[in-house]
Amino acid sequence: MADRGKELEVKKEQAPLDTESLRNRPVFIPQVDIVESKDLIMLIADMPGVDEQGIDINLERDVLTINGTVEAPFRKDYRVIHAEYHVGDYRRSFTLTDAIDHNKIEASVKNGVLRLSLPKAEKAKPKKIAVKIE
Amino acid sequence: MWLTGLRGVDWMPDVWRDLDRMQHEMDRLFTGQSINYLQSFPAINMWMSENDVILSSEIPGIDPGNIEISVEGDVLDLSGSRVAEDLKEGGKYHRQERPHGTFRRKIRLPFRAQEDKIEAKYEKGILTITIPQAEADKPRKITVTGE
Repeated sequence: MADRGKELEVKKEQAPLDTESLRNRPVFIPQVDIVESKDLIMLIADMPGVDEQGIDINLERDVLTINGTVEAPFRKDYRVIHAEYHVGDYRRSFTLTDAIDHNKIEASVKNGVLRLSLPKAEKAKPKKIAVKIE
Repeated sequence: MWLTGLRGVDWMPDVWRDLDRMQHEMDRLFTGQSINYLQSFPAINMWMSENDVILSSEIPGIDPGNIEISVEGDVLDLSGSRVAEDLKEGGKYHRQERPHGTFRRKIRLPFRAQEDKIEAKYEKGILTITIPQAEADKPRKITVTGE
């Protein structure tokens, strides 16, 4: 992989167990990019193994939580001969501010990547204030 | 990058990772160069049955056309690239944790592959490659005839 050490992390950290899962499998913190542009904030999370059905996004007060469940493949008549990564679920929470329009959040999943678009609230957009000349 | 060669290793990923890390550390000590830890991106799991090997790898968010797979004998060469998010005008990163760039790994298979029968698919960000064993490489049963 390229030059930055950070880029080499193979698998994400394990999420803290504030609430325990009923499923007997590790929960990982997905790696995210957060990109801000003029009108919105884009949150992009790597969640390999997750599709539309496995994703659950929750907004409670100001806390946005993304959950992804992954079905580990069961391969009959196969045995593991090499393992570098674990299969597990994903969970991560973010605190949103008022600057985000909570009603207009949109999400899509493609190729194991979740893209959340968080549009800025009208009042948070920079406004040009005209200075009156007296 | 060295070959990830494994034969008969059972389910002990952490041990393997530790060994990997140790090898990196040793390389670094002896060559005096700084070598990146855990440079093995993407991570790979392998399963084996009597006739084939299934290799799976988590590479989320790439165009399948950007993955290149070739097999020569018992070495599989996997390479590709992942592009960074295209920043629109005035856009800026608050966080950038997702890896991007080019990657390449060579993996030693437990047998010689039947090169024309290899299948690969990319689903939900996971690459799965099925590699059958070459007929000529399969163990032959030898019957012992009595008198």
